[in-house]
Amino acid sequence: MTKMKYRDGLRTALREEMLRDDAVFCVGEGIGERGGSYKVTEGLIAEFGAGRVIDTPLSEAGFVGLGVGAAIAGQRPVVEMLFIDFLMLAMDQVVNQAAKYRFMSGGEGRVPLVVRTQGGAGNSLAGQHSQSLEGLFYHVPGLKVVMPSTPRDAKGLLKAAIRDDDPVIFIEHKLLYMTEGEVPDEDDVIPLGQAEIKRAGTDVTLVTWSHMTLKSLQAAEELAADGISVEVIDLRTLVPMDIECVLASVRRTGHLVVAQEAIKRGGVGSDVAAMVAERAFESLRAPIVRVAGLNTVIPFNLTLEKSTVPQVADIVAGVRSVLA
Amino acid sequence: MSEIGAGLLEAMYETAATIRLFEQRAIEQYRLGNIRGYLHPYLGQEAIAVGSIAALEPDDYIVSTHRGHGHAIAKGHDPSRMMAELFGKEAGYCRGRGGSMHVASRSVRNLGANGVVAGGLGIATGAALAIKQRGGSELIVAFCSDGASANGMWHESLNLAAIWDLPVIFVLENNQYAVSTPIRDSARVEHLSSRAAGYGIPGLTVDGNDAAIVYGAMQEPIRRARAGEGPTLIECMTFRHGGHHVNDPGLYLPADQLASWKARDPLILLRARLARAGVDGPAVDEIDARVERLLDEAVEFATNSPDPSVEAFLAEIAAGEFGAGAEASGADR
Repeated sequence: MTKMKYRDGLRTALREEMLRDDAVFCVGEGIGERGGSYKVTEGLIAEFGAGRVIDTPLSEAGFVGLGVGAAIAGQRPVVEMLFIDFLMLAMDQVVNQAAKYRFMSGGEGRVPLVVRTQGGAGNSLAGQHSQSLEGLFYHVPGLKVVMPSTPRDAKGLLKAAIRDDDPVIFIEHKLLYMTEGEVPDEDDVIPLGQAEIKRAGTDVTLVTWSHMTLKSLQAAEELAADGISVEVIDLRTLVPMDIECVLASVRRTGHLVVAQEAIKRGGVGSDVAAMVAERAFESLRAPIVRVAGLNTVIPFNLTLEKSTVPQVADIVAGVRSVLA
Repeated sequence: MSEIGAGLLEAMYETAATIRLFEQRAIEQYRLGNIRGYLHPYLGQEAIAVGSIAALEPDDYIVSTHRGHGHAIAKGHDPSRMMAELFGKEAGYCRGRGGSMHVASRSVRNLGANGVVAGGLGIATGAALAIKQRGGSELIVAFCSDGASANGMWHESLNLAAIWDLPVIFVLENNQYAVSTPIRDSARVEHLSSRAAGYGIPGLTVDGNDAAIVYGAMQEPIRRARAGEGPTLIECMTFRHGGHHVNDPGLYLPADQLASWKARDPLILLRARLARAGVDGPAVDEIDARVERLLDEAVEFATNSPDPSVEAFLAEIAAGEFGAGAEASGADR
């Protein structure tokens, strides 16, 4: 085990996968000498050269499309998209090209593409640099969606994403890059589609992912002081989703709270709630509670921004309300 | 232009005639209700696919467009399995999952037609990057259109290919209409090929109805691409023989313009070249008869092929194939 930052976990995964497989390469804006805005690719160009750590012009559709084509032709590109907000410039390439190629070619084609990107609020970056847009990708058949919350998960899930034969939207969170945690030194590949119980509990199941996992764990700690035992499930991958883990937990606790940073309407949390209602309704002892971002554009002012995104107190309140 | 031998001319004529008859038969079958959805005939543009692909090696790649039957046939797709795909049959290239606008096959290195204009150009630059990273000598022809040249993806892809010297040849089929909008209403430049200068690459405009001219125009771009000198834009002037798709009568196409282009039909020009090369009528008739048999077989094959099984399809979905990972998410995912 080595203690490292989330961004170092990501870099370790990239480096190890590039050493393991010549077909793996990175492409994106300012990822070479600059090392990427969040320093995830720092040092990789020195080790692997500009042929495998490729700086692009600001042509988001162009270089995501390039990733799709390289993947179809047998390479394993890891495209870095600086902000998930900018991925909107390449939606045709993600939704109409990458997601559909395998299916529409009758199963013959493969698109082993990873699009690494980051989202979320918290740095006062305003409406076009702070969104939580995982729901858009969650909705499209043919895409896998991964959202790690810890350095270990970042490394292990990125390795799995790179080795996967289908397109993966790998969504990091801007507030996680500097967080630290223990990461196994070995080739620790975490399979896509496995949630993790980050804290075991008996009274309430709290389902979450990405940065909201950290807030949920804090909320669980606070509630423990009042004798409330919260089980925190980090979904880790949204597609494929380990709903069985959630269902099993709800059958034990009888209560479900879902905490997401994205707005409530049409969100992944709503889908989790619906699946639990469909399949474990008889286990529920109270209505499901969703804790989610407000229905608004993310504001610039930091105080206003905080008011739009669930805070620890909101999650605590959500858990208390489901037990009330 | 280097002289083209009678053998190559015959081969190009046979391919062009195959495309022509494939489209005619497909339209017939569409009218009979055996083909559904959208069908974008390549009628009138055959010389571009034929001339450009004849200049390639089998290991070279293409990406195609929504008007892609001609590219596919010229690249070596079997017309029977093509027709089966248009019919939506299991024996089609995409097992009836893709249809006319998504025909692709690794076996002939066609990375696929595309339902989005300019949407496939990233696949072309990406495949070219893959070739370069692996140190290969192959190249990729990216078919695109005058319509595509108005799209950002076209510009971004030309630029990326240019800055990284990627082995791509952009073959722009200028049939002068983007659906119903004439090119004079969507571009200020006289020749779309002049836009190549904006990306620092060579661009040329050629007669796209003469397969031999297209073939000749490919030679220097191919040399450049294989030598690692980067992409070229070739604009091939042509004209559709009908509307945008099979249900569009194309009434907006000026009759005199259509007539003058039809007088220079790619097959007429190829037959004239064959005659000059000493290939006489009976030899051409023999090719025509062979093409006729090939397309009779194709229609028969498509007609008699079974539909995909719904049960097998639903099982694939439940197993998570093509839907990304249903396997871990329960049957309803």
